[in-house]
Amino acid sequence: MRKLNFKLPSFRALKLPGLSFLLAMFFGALLIAFSDSTVLKHIGHPIDFIKAGGVAVWQSYLALFQGSIYNPSLATPHDSLLAWYPLSETLVSAAPLILAGLSVALAFRAGLFNIGAQGQFIFGSIAASYVGFHFHLPIGIHVILSVLAAIVAGGIWGGLVGLLKARTGAHEVIVTIMLNYVALYFLMWLLGTTTFLRPGRKDPISPDVLPSSRMPLLAGNNYRVNFGIFIALAAAVFVWWLLSRSTWGFRFRAVGANTAAAKTAGISVPFVMTSVMAISGALAGLGGAVHVLGSDFSLTSGTAGNFGFDAITVALLGRARPMGTVFASLLFGALRAGGGTMQANTNTPIDIVLVIQALVVLFIAAPSVVKWVFRLKNLKTTGELAAKGWNG
Amino acid sequence: MKTLSAAERRRRRSLFVMATLAILCTILFGLLQKSGQVVTYGFVLDKEWVLFQQWAIGSRNASLLFGVISLGASALAYVQFKAGKTIKVASAVGSAGIMMSFLSWAAAGKFIPFTGLLQGALLLSVPLIFGSMAGVLSERSGVVNIAIEGQLLAGAFVSGVVASLTHSTFMGLVVAPFAGCLISTLLAVFAINFAIDQIILGFVLNVLVYGITDFLYKKLLIPYQSTWNSGPTLSAIKIPFLWKIPIVGPILFDQSIIVYLMYGVIFLINFSLFKTKWGLRTRAVGEHPTAADSVGIKVNRLRFMNVMIAGMVAGLGGAYFTVGGVGAFNKEMTAGKGFIALAALIFGRWTPWGAVSAALLFGFADNLQSVLGIIGTPIPSEFMLMVPYLATIIAVTGFVGRVRAPAADGTPYKRGESH
Repeated sequence: MRKLNFKLPSFRALKLPGLSFLLAMFFGALLIAFSDSTVLKHIGHPIDFIKAGGVAVWQSYLALFQGSIYNPSLATPHDSLLAWYPLSETLVSAAPLILAGLSVALAFRAGLFNIGAQGQFIFGSIAASYVGFHFHLPIGIHVILSVLAAIVAGGIWGGLVGLLKARTGAHEVIVTIMLNYVALYFLMWLLGTTTFLRPGRKDPISPDVLPSSRMPLLAGNNYRVNFGIFIALAAAVFVWWLLSRSTWGFRFRAVGANTAAAKTAGISVPFVMTSVMAISGALAGLGGAVHVLGSDFSLTSGTAGNFGFDAITVALLGRARPMGTVFASLLFGALRAGGGTMQANTNTPIDIVLVIQALVVLFIAAPSVVKWVFRLKNLKTTGELAAKGWNG
Repeated sequence: MKTLSAAERRRRRSLFVMATLAILCTILFGLLQKSGQVVTYGFVLDKEWVLFQQWAIGSRNASLLFGVISLGASALAYVQFKAGKTIKVASAVGSAGIMMSFLSWAAAGKFIPFTGLLQGALLLSVPLIFGSMAGVLSERSGVVNIAIEGQLLAGAFVSGVVASLTHSTFMGLVVAPFAGCLISTLLAVFAINFAIDQIILGFVLNVLVYGITDFLYKKLLIPYQSTWNSGPTLSAIKIPFLWKIPIVGPILFDQSIIVYLMYGVIFLINFSLFKTKWGLRTRAVGEHPTAADSVGIKVNRLRFMNVMIAGMVAGLGGAYFTVGGVGAFNKEMTAGKGFIALAALIFGRWTPWGAVSAALLFGFADNLQSVLGIIGTPIPSEFMLMVPYLATIIAVTGFVGRVRAPAADGTPYKRGESH
């Protein structure tokens, strides 16, 4: 067996994402402080203002931590482990995000910007839930078939984009933006049909997927964490292997680095574009399956939530590397899970998470800002996400 | 056989599409429809001069009539095409015939307020037109602007809040452009000065604006609704005499001031882009910045300025949602309109008039969808809502002629680097 050279990211490579995250948290703190009415009462007294602001920010970020990793107040005398319940929630929201993020990251490496993870995620969840609630199959086979259906559905929806780009030169960004809306309206239409509408309900919601098609739980019935996280991690290893150990991946990267040179070297660019987008779509579709079969169980018009768009931010934060994407997804999954608790316990809305996400990515994309703020001279930056524009 | 130029090939393809649709409409909606149902079109909304009160016609006959009109227009277009002329007028008549043939079928047995349908369509196109004009300004000078959504949303938020705090629609209108400009300035700084991928950047800016407005909406606008989020709205202004013109009057001249500002913006951008020195320079830096630089045009300064103006235009469009519409700001109320504006820009081949036509078409499809949704029709409204997106995909895949972005769109310019 060939030895796998698995390298952990070096400290220097983590410096930029880490500092960007710190800077984004700082701006988030400013937003929290300056929009809080109790803090603003002290606006005339700088010392009190800073104190009150500090309290508001501390409470919000503490709630964020307690909602995503460890909350001692959840522990009961019988079960002290329940304090770790939030960590399970973080893993639940991270699993689909890892898969959707890998979808965007893989496409990036082949020089394609897949904004369409949202639509592919939607198609994946439609297929998974249809197989999940409509067919009665034995345990084990049912869940596998549901997942496969999602992979195929997402793969077709994504592959279509690659095919159009390869055949006609249609820019994948434009096509995927448009296809996201088409997928959403398709889902909304579907939820009004008799096949998908839950019996006895008028609001658009599908029946629950049958227990035989659900992801097995990992830590008992008290925790929602399920097998989906293993699927996501396996997919990350697969993408890593594909990109850095396989001939296919070499071709993907070659096309991403220099399309003209790859073509001259005899690589079939249309084939690469179509297959990359198909695999990308399949990954996002798999994310939809993990979400529906693992934690949501039914389909609504909001099934895909923000996953497809968060996917882009995690792929960018992870510098389009599989392991980077996993870590970024765990971080953003934690922010999502903790955001809910924060909104419930303090008067800081969950939407601060969106602001932090956007700022992190902005700073990552513009290392000059981070360099300037932290007075750094030799910050390691890589330029693989280069500007191309519509004609690129 | 002589070879056709790109424009001629495009004309031939659109002619083909139009003729096919005309035949399909005549057969599907005309010949195959059961007769007996009557469709009624109403033409009077208010106290304008009355040309027709209403027009009731058998649905099958109407579909047949409009189908035949579109067939005739296709034939005329064919003759003009053979003679080497443009086919714009015939295409417009043909498309309208196709649309009416469909409508007469879809609304069989129902009443359609025709003037109201078009008036609403124009209103729904307002943010699309402002957004796509912002796109024209920015992309013709070489900066990809997918942050139109964010600029619209920022404009909507700030104008709503300011109008509510000052109890003045005027103040709301005045600040809206600056909100849009703030976002586009960020776009300009990062895209031009830091040379970051403009598509990624636009995406991130949209997320940022979504995040900040969602956050402030929950934190300030909901708890303090009476002071922060109960702004006044603009009312429609009837232009004397003009609004009395039958059918056209209520559609074009009985609208709020935002619509009149929009007319101004459209004409100003169209005129400046093609008839002024600024316009020539803008197009030059969008197509060939190196050449523009070599004749002394400050490429990045011009781009920066144009992106800022683009943000102002989109921000003003954002005011449509709050002061121009319901008054109160609502979470993510632009609801993807910025992306439809982007679609209109691309569908209109990055030209001002093309983008305006596409935006009007998309606005019409949107309003048709909601009108048909109310009266109940055979087509699910979700499929009508897909129209702008599918049309754009068809446009970029080159089925009706390839669309081409400005050559340097999205490429940062740095002196001394070859492009």
